[in-house]
Amino acid sequence: MKKSMYAAYVSKKAARSSLFRDCLLAFLIGGGICCLGQFLFTWIYQFSADDRMASGFTSIALIFLSCLFTGIGWYDKLASYAGAGTLVPITGFANAMSSPAIDNTAEGMVMGLGAKIFVICGPVILYGCVFSVILGLIAYLLRIFGIDITGVV
Amino acid sequence: MEFLKAFICGGLLCVIAQILIDKTALTPARILTAYVCAGVVLGGIGVYKSFVDFAGCGATVPLTGFGYLLARGALEGVRDQGLLGAFTGGLAAASGGICAAMLFSLLAGIIFPGKPENL
Repeated sequence: MKKSMYAAYVSKKAARSSLFRDCLLAFLIGGGICCLGQFLFTWIYQFSADDRMASGFTSIALIFLSCLFTGIGWYDKLASYAGAGTLVPITGFANAMSSPAIDNTAEGMVMGLGAKIFVICGPVILYGCVFSVILGLIAYLLRIFGIDITGVV
Repeated sequence: MEFLKAFICGGLLCVIAQILIDKTALTPARILTAYVCAGVVLGGIGVYKSFVDFAGCGATVPLTGFGYLLARGALEGVRDQGLLGAFTGGLAAASGGICAAMLFSLLAGIIFPGKPENL
């Protein structure tokens, strides 16, 4: 009884300190990737002077960098420290697509790379799109009844 | 200043996901899906727009920003095209990121094919 209580106490303490360390690393690296995005955005904005265009090219640039670093193996090394810090930014989405692409080339270009590329991103795209269509339908119905919510974004 | 805001806001969104990973049984794929769906919902109720205005890339780079993009596309689609826009708007707005990820991932798979011992 005493021993099991001690074990529970130890695991509680251990979990807490590692949670703090995980969160700190996720904060620093995730924040760093967003900061890099802000840097790219500010730079690209000088050429386009268009918020949406600069934002789109920032995403594309981050996705390119993520796929490149996944290919040479650096992104997964960073992810082993960063946890959610490399998962949540759009670079994590690109990593979740390029990683299975790289790992499954031996099974062929169609059922290997082609199918497995969506093994993690497929649900993200599926539920994201379905949610957006539902939102669009709600907005459409509300508009019929005279309530316009299309301006909130 | 905008760099600091992007750093802190983006970092905090990552910390929330890290706590969810450590404290619950949610896998990374579920976190990604949940973040995108949360972005769509928060975008639809108008909360995320003010967050984007405040945090810049700290709001648009995390996957909730991707969800916000889907929501914005769907609502602007409804505004401009009516019912058809509800179906086409979301994916069209997010297509840049998705197509870039598909192209660069395919190239990564071709240029850096996995070693057979990893399979």
